[in-house]
Parts: sequence; C-alpha cells; structure tokens
Amino acid sequence: MTVLAVAEHRRGDLRDVSFELITAGRELADEHGTGLAVAVIGGDVDGFADELNREGVDTIYTIAEGEEFNHGVYAQAIEQLYAELDPTALLMPNSVNGLDYAPAVAGSLDAPFVTDVIALEGGDVVGVTREQYGGKVETTYDLDAEQYALTIRPAEWPAAESTGEAAIEPFEVDIDEDAIGATVNGFEEAGGGDVDITEADVLVSVGRGIGEEENIPLVEALAETLDATLSSSRPIVDNGWLPQNRQVGQSGKVVTPDVYIAIGISGAVQHVAGMKGADTIVAINTDPNAPIYDIADYGIVDDLFDVVPALIEEFGGEAPDL
Amino acid sequence: MKILVTVKEVAEVDDEFEIDGLDIAERSLEYDLNEWDDYAVEEAVQISEAHDDVEVVTVTIGPERAEETVRMALAKGADRAIRVWDDAIENAQYLDVDAKADLIAAVAKEEDPDLVLSGVQAGDDANGATGVAVAERLGFEWAAVVNDLDLDAEGGIASVRRELEGGIEELTDVELPAVLTIQTGINEPRYASLRGIRQAQRKPLDVNTLEDLDLQESAVGSVIERTSMYEPESESDAVVWEGSAEETAGELAAFLREKGVVEG
Repeated sequence: MTVLAVAEHRRGDLRDVSFELITAGRELADEHGTGLAVAVIGGDVDGFADELNREGVDTIYTIAEGEEFNHGVYAQAIEQLYAELDPTALLMPNSVNGLDYAPAVAGSLDAPFVTDVIALEGGDVVGVTREQYGGKVETTYDLDAEQYALTIRPAEWPAAESTGEAAIEPFEVDIDEDAIGATVNGFEEAGGGDVDITEADVLVSVGRGIGEEENIPLVEALAETLDATLSSSRPIVDNGWLPQNRQVGQSGKVVTPDVYIAIGISGAVQHVAGMKGADTIVAINTDPNAPIYDIADYGIVDDLFDVVPALIEEFGGEAPDL
Repeated sequence: MKILVTVKEVAEVDDEFEIDGLDIAERSLEYDLNEWDDYAVEEAVQISEAHDDVEVVTVTIGPERAEETVRMALAKGADRAIRVWDDAIENAQYLDVDAKADLIAAVAKEEDPDLVLSGVQAGDDANGATGVAVAERLGFEWAAVVNDLDLDAEGGIASVRRELEGGIEELTDVELPAVLTIQTGINEPRYASLRGIRQAQRKPLDVNTLEDLDLQESAVGSVIERTSMYEPESESDAVVWEGSAEETAGELAAFLREKGVVEG
C-alpha cells in the first residue's frame, strides 16, 4: 500500500504546494506504515521528477502527457495510476487547478473526499481538520474508510527540502482524447496598469470594512499623506471600487512591503497568502477576533472612520468629508 | 436552452458567537444567499436576457427556511426553483460533497440542462467541490473558478477564463453541456426590484424528496463524521494600542516615524 500525492506545475515551474504535499504525504505514510509515491503529469516530467526527489519520497511516477494542466488528462491519468497502485490515500493540492480535477477523480473512484484539509492524522480511522465559517472555527472529522482522497491547503505544511533517493518510473497511460471536452487556449496576466503594488515600501490596504465606494477617498487620502501606495483585499476589486492591479492575495499579487497597514480587512486565508511576508503588519479592525490579528504585529481595535482621519491629521493632512 | 443554478442558503456567524456541540449555536447565526451563488444567479439571468428562450431554474438543498433565499434568486430573475429536502436529509449526520453532488445531479438528470452554474464555494462549509463533483456524476464537461464567460449557445461552446493564483487567467473552451463554477467579481449582481420580489411569490417552487428523485436513504449517508468544533487558539502576539482614536493614531504615527517610513 502507498500514499499517492499529485504534484502541481504551471507554465514550466513546479508550484510550492508540490513540496508541501511531500511533507504531508510522508507524515501520513509513516502513520499508515506505507510508502509515499508522487505523480507528476505533463510538461518537463523528467526535470520535475529530479526536483521532486526530496527526502521521504519512495517512488516518483512520471506521466508524459501534454504540456499544461488539463483536467481531463489529469483525471484519466490519476485514475489509471490509482488502479495500478491501489493507494490508501490520494493527496491533491487545494489549489484552483486541484479543485478543477480532485472532485471529479474522487467521485469517479468513489473515494470519501474532504477538501482544504489543514491537519491530518493517519490510522485505522483517519482524522482531518478543516476550517468552517470563514475561519472562525475549526472542525475535525473522522474518516472511517480504507481508501480516501483529500485536498490539502497550500502553505500549511512546510516544503520538503533535502534531496532524496526516490525511484523514478515512467508510467504509461492511455488517454481517451474523445472524452476530453475542455481545451486550454492560453494564459493571460490579469489587470496590468499604472501601479505595481509589489514594488511599494509602504502599503495602505483597504478591505470590506470601508463599507461603501463613497468612503474610498478616506484611504486614498491616508495613502497620499503617508506617501504610500493603496492596495486592497478582494471584495473591493470585486465591487469595482479599485482596479484589479491593487488586489493583494492568492488571486491577486503577493506583496512584501516594509509596512502593511490593513484597514477594515478581516484577514481571510486567501488574503493572508498575499501579504504575510510584509516586514511589519498593522491592523485596524473593530473585531478583536478577526484573523488579521493572528499575523499582525500591531493592532488598533477601533472604528477605522475614527482612527484613519486622526492619523491623517497627525501627519498634517486633511481627511476628506465623506 | 435551460440553465440550472445551484443556490445555497449559508449561515453567517456573528462576531461574538457560541458553539453548541458540533456546530455554532443557532442564536449566533444569520442566513443569507451564498455570495458566490449570487454571482452565478446573475450570470444566468444575464444570459437569459441576452438570448431568446432561456429558462433559469434554481436548485437548493435545504429546509423550509431556505425558501426565503430561494425567493431572492427568483426575485432577481430566475424562472422557477426546486428545493430538495426530507426527513432523511434533515437527519443525516453529515452531508458530504458526495451526498450533495448526488442530490443535485439527480435533479439535473430530471431537468436536463445545457448549462449548470454553481458558486465556486459556499461561504460556510467552503468545500469548493460540489460543482465539479456534479459534472462528474452527469458526465458533463466543466470548468472551475470561472471569472469570465462568453457563451456560444448555437456552437455549444462556453469560452471561459479561469482565475488561477497570482493574477494569471487560463483561457479555456468548454463543450456543452457543462458545469461552470462561478467566481465573485464576474459580474455585478443586481438588487431585487420590488416588482421582482412580488413576481417571485408567484413563481413555482417545488420540493423534491429523496423518493421523488429515485434515491435511497443511503445517498445521504457518509463515512465522514464530524467529531468536534472549536475556536482556534489565537496565535496573535500583536501589540494592541489602546485608547481614543487620537491616542491610537498617535501611537501608530510615532511607530511610522520611528520606522523611518514617513517623514514629518
């Protein structure tokens, strides 16, 4: 028996979650007393296999089908490898592409399936932990099954580092092209524009707490007073209040400024993924339990409509009338 | 053509809340239409407005209380609604992705839609998996996390953009029939008009039981069992400045000056 993890790559590079899957997969394999196999599908599979050869991996299966991700190819390839290996656990990334094939694969294999797992313990009954209600609570589940499929949240496990001694084996699959009804035609970088928030030393970042589009000038005035750059969390961009090139987070930009001032941002995991590398994080939010305070260095638990005007005036600026 | 939209009534938790056993206490919850589904409904209604002869049907799994949310989708322009519920579903210890997908797929088989639109995820459970799982059950094509949709109904192709991480979009053509999971920001969901709200009261809303869908009780069984719910321990070691807004702003200003990021 084995644990099987599926690596992820995009436009020529393995994504970090691939190496996190190795760490999670190794821990789980030890708990189950099995080996760890990693599958890599498409692209430069030999080059990827060399990179994936980290400590803890027993076998790497290379499946040379296609260049970029296609969910139909992935689903068929994984199902065929699964039939060959009969693994205890199938681990996949809880990424945008992971969620584009994992639910279909789990359904087709009739494997009990849990997504976005943040902690995991193997055994006769498998224990998994996930978040619920926007991260306000965690829930644990028992999976009473001999075989199961999971997607694991990126950046929850450390990446496997040291070089390993895995066997690298090409695995031939038979892809039914007629069954594939989605064609990937290319990629585009979303939202270019005038401002590059990844270059800023100081970011004033605004979230849902600003309430209305009419209130945006308040944070614009603060950014101007501090000679900082204005960025935002996702809802502000979804609402069209700021252009997409201002968005920090998983689907936006990853920023690493000296100072990040989060104003009215709760700190959902997708947002934190884009800004946790900031040197110093300051949060202004009325909710003392907001997850942003878990990563903030400094906090002001108060109404942004009182604090921000006071801050603008501290620096001799003038807060706009809202 | 026919578009089936999955909608879910989601529970939102107050800032201050209590846990009662394996879930949040009912008194700490408020219910609303799932944010992602709001965009999915809007996308379907926009397609029905742009093309002739498009019927928009919503499907939801939920108790009678969820009809308020369903009526909201009808008020925004959906034509009719189906709600799946019975005692066996109510008493299920945990409705996992597999069970939800089976229920929705059973409705889809009855309805035979050309397109199924589903939110990327629900704000409460955040499985992010039901839409693609439904596609697998139906033998439909699919695309997850769609933030742009251009439908060629006659050619039977949906040209979509999938929102990948890091501001990259994948441009993909998907053959119909298909399930697309809709990301927030794809459109601007409308507010229901008073006229729409009035009309919604007269639109058909049918309740289907497992028996109506030719499903056994085992369809809502699961080997996955919730064992605990708790508030994660705060990892916060933030220095919280206290005082009036002027005082805390003063602290922050002093910090920014000391850090040398702001002059003056």
